[in-house]
Amino acid sequence: MLSRVANSIYWMSRYLERAENVARFIDVNLNLTLDMPVEIGEQWAPLVNITGDFELFNKRYRVPTRENVLHFLTFDRENPNSILSCVRHARENARSVREIISSEMWEQANHFYLLVKDAAKNKSVIENHTEFYRAVKMQSHLFDGITEATMSHGEAWHFLQVGELLERADKTSRILDVKYFILLPEAQAVGTAIDNIQWAALLKSASALEMYRKHFKQIDPFKVADFLILNREFPRSVLSCLDRAALSLHAITGSSLDAFSNKAEQGLGRLLGDLNYTQIDEIIHGGLHEFLDGLQNRLNWIDDAIYETYFTLRPLTGNNTHLTQEQ
Amino acid sequence: MPLNFKSYDTENFYDELIDSAGQPRTGARILVERIESLPDGDILARQKAAEVAMYNMGITFTVYGSDEGTEKIFPFDIVPRIVEAHDWKYIERGLKQRIHALNLFIDDIYHDQKILKDKAIPAEIILSATSFRPQCVGLDVPRGIWCHITGTDLVRDSDGQHYVLEDNLRCPSGVSYVLENRQILKRTLPLAFEASRVRAVDDYPARLLETLQYLAPDHVSSPTVVVLTPGMYNSAYFEHSFLAQQMGVELVEGSDLVVMDGFVHMRTTRGFQRVDVIYRRIDDDFIDPKAFRADSVLGVPGLIDVYRSGRVALANAPGTGIGDDKAVYAYLPQIVQYYLGEDMILPNVPTYICADKKEREYVLANLDKLVVKATNESGGYGMLVGPHSTKAQQAEFAGLIRNNPRNYIAQPTLALSRAPVLMEDHFEGRHIDLRPYILYGKDIYVMPGGLTRVALKKGSLVVNSSQGGGSKDTWVLSE
Repeated sequence: MLSRVANSIYWMSRYLERAENVARFIDVNLNLTLDMPVEIGEQWAPLVNITGDFELFNKRYRVPTRENVLHFLTFDRENPNSILSCVRHARENARSVREIISSEMWEQANHFYLLVKDAAKNKSVIENHTEFYRAVKMQSHLFDGITEATMSHGEAWHFLQVGELLERADKTSRILDVKYFILLPEAQAVGTAIDNIQWAALLKSASALEMYRKHFKQIDPFKVADFLILNREFPRSVLSCLDRAALSLHAITGSSLDAFSNKAEQGLGRLLGDLNYTQIDEIIHGGLHEFLDGLQNRLNWIDDAIYETYFTLRPLTGNNTHLTQEQ
Repeated sequence: MPLNFKSYDTENFYDELIDSAGQPRTGARILVERIESLPDGDILARQKAAEVAMYNMGITFTVYGSDEGTEKIFPFDIVPRIVEAHDWKYIERGLKQRIHALNLFIDDIYHDQKILKDKAIPAEIILSATSFRPQCVGLDVPRGIWCHITGTDLVRDSDGQHYVLEDNLRCPSGVSYVLENRQILKRTLPLAFEASRVRAVDDYPARLLETLQYLAPDHVSSPTVVVLTPGMYNSAYFEHSFLAQQMGVELVEGSDLVVMDGFVHMRTTRGFQRVDVIYRRIDDDFIDPKAFRADSVLGVPGLIDVYRSGRVALANAPGTGIGDDKAVYAYLPQIVQYYLGEDMILPNVPTYICADKKEREYVLANLDKLVVKATNESGGYGMLVGPHSTKAQQAEFAGLIRNNPRNYIAQPTLALSRAPVLMEDHFEGRHIDLRPYILYGKDIYVMPGGLTRVALKKGSLVVNSSQGGGSKDTWVLSE
C-alpha cells in the first residue's frame, strides 16, 4: 500500500485512541477528586503533567483550575492533544484514506468528530461532564467494533492495529502515573482506605476494575501496577498491547516473531523481551514512575522507527520532502 | 394538507415534469402519482433523512476561504428530473458526434492544424487562447484519444429545445453526486423508481476503469491505474476518493509519485511500484512543475517527459482545454462540419464573439439583455447575467470587454427550463441544467443520466455549486 496511506491509517487510529484515553485521564481525576478529603482540595495540575503538555498549558492558562484544565484537555483547538484536536486529526486522516477503510468506519469517524465539535459549542458540557466523557469512550469503542467487523485484516488493518496498540500502551502507562503525581494527605496514608479507594478509581478509569478483581481480588498498589503493566490477558495492559502490536508488525513484513527485519521490529522485540522477563517487584524497587518514563521513551523510539521504515521511502533520484504528524 | 402539484405554477417556463396545462408529462405520471399518494409530511421527512445521510457519509464539498467548519453538503432535492427515452436518444447522438469532432479537432490543432490552414475557422482565435499549450504540439497521445472523460452542460429553452451551453474537457467533476443521488433516490422513492423503468448509471465506475485501462501501453498486461488528486482540501476531494474506491484503485497525491528510470512509480510500504495510467484530477498548470507552472507543489516533476515517451498514460490528455475554450465553442458547427462532414445535431446557444468588431458592438449595446462570460473561466466565475445586473456591473463589464475582447463572449439570456423543487410544504419551480458524462475509450459511451443542477435561489439562472446551486437525480427512462 501507499506509504502516505499507511501513515494516515496509523495516525487515524492513534488519534482516536488518544482521544479516548484523554477522556479516561479526566475520568480518573474526577473520580479521585470525589474521594479526596476536602482539606486537600482538588488537584488538576497532575493531569496536565502526565499528558506531557505542561509548557503549552502554562503559556495559555497559568492557573491549573478545574475549568482551565478541562477546557485545555477537551476543547482547546490550540492544544494538539485535546480531545477535539485528536478527533479532528483522526477524521482528517480518515478522510484522506476513505477509499481504503470501510464506509462505516468513515461515517463513525465523521460522526465522532461532529459530536465533539457540537459539544464544544455547548457550555453545559463541562458541567455535565460524566455523560460527555462516557460518550467519547463509547464512540471510540464503536469505531473499534466497526473496524473489527467491516475491515479486512490485511496490511492496512495491521497498520491501524499498531497505531492503536502503541498509543494504548503509552496511555495506560500514563494513567498509572496519575497516582504518582496525586498527593496524599500525608505520607502514612499509603495503604489506608483512601489510598485503596484511589487505586480502585484508577483501575476503573482503565476499565480494569472488574477484570482486576477476578484476577487479584484485593486492591493492592503493587498488584494494580502488575495488572496494568504485565498482565497478558487484559486488553489494555501494556504487555498485552505490545504483544499484539508485535504480531501486526510482523504480519506486515511476514518475518517470524523470533527474528526482526527492520528497526521497528527490533525495538519492539527488545522491549517485549524485557517486559516478558521482568517482575513487578523489580519495577517497584527501581521506582514505578522512573520505569514508566523509560517505557514511554522506548515507545517513542519505536514510533520513530516505524516512521523511518514505512512512511519515508526515498527515491534514488529526485528529492522530495515529507510531512510528519505531531506526536 | 397532503402535498400535491395542483397549485404548482409553471409560470410560462418549460417545466420538465409538468406541462403548461398543469398535467404531469407522460414519463412523470407515475412519479407524480406516487408523490401525491404519500402521507402528509412524508416526502419532507424523506428529504431530511436524505440530507442527514449525506452529511454523515461526508458527501460534502469544501468551501474555500475559511476553517474546517466549511464543509457543506451539496444541496439535494428529492424530486427527480425525468428525461424521456426519445429526448435522450437525441441527446446521446448529439453528444457522441460532438465529442468525436472535438477529439479530432484537438489532435489536429496539436499536429498539422489543417483546419486553420483551410481557414475553416480563424487561426488567431486558437493561437491567442491561453488554453492552447505549446508543450503539447506534436504530442502523439495513446490511441489518439485526448478527451477521455467529458461532462457537457446542456440547457433547455422555453420551446423545449436542448442546447449545449459548454463543453468541459478538463476533468469535469460531479459524477460522484450522480451516483450518490441515485443511491439515495432508490432508497427514498423505490416504488416510483421501479415502475418508471429508469436506466441504470451504477456501472459508470466499471466503465471508467475500462476506459482508463484501454490507454495503458501495449506490453502491460494488467496495468496499474491510479487517481491523482490535489489532496483532501480540494473542493472535489470527495469525488476523487469515491471514484478511486469504486474502481478499486489507489488514490494518490503528487508526493506519492516519483519519476525514476524513465517510469512513474508510487511509494508504497514495500518499495516503489510502477504506475501505467493516471486519471488526473489536477489541472495542466499544476501537473508537472518541469513542464508547466514551476511553482506547483501538487504535481510530479518529470511526469510529462514520461508521458511523451509513452510509458504512462494521462486522462484527460494535457492540452484538451483548447477544445472547451468558450471562443472555440462558437465555432463548433464549423468544426463538426469540417471533420465529419455533418451538420451539428445538438445546437449551441447563439454566441457573440467579442473579438469580432461587429458582434462586440452589439454586445456592448445590449449588456442588459445578454449573459457575458470570460472565455477561460468556469464554475460561474467571471460572468455577467445582464437582466439581473446593475448599471454599475454592466459598466464594469463594458470596460473589461473593451480592454480584452478576446477574453469574452456573450449569449442571449435563455429562459432555462425548470423543475419542481420541494419547499417544506409545497413545490416551486427552479431553473435547471443537465451535465451528462461521456467516456471515450474503445468507443464513445454516454452515461444514461447525468447531473441535474438546480439554481435553488428563486429566479436565479446560475446553477453552479460554488454559487448556491444544488442537484437532483436524473431519471433517463427506458424505451
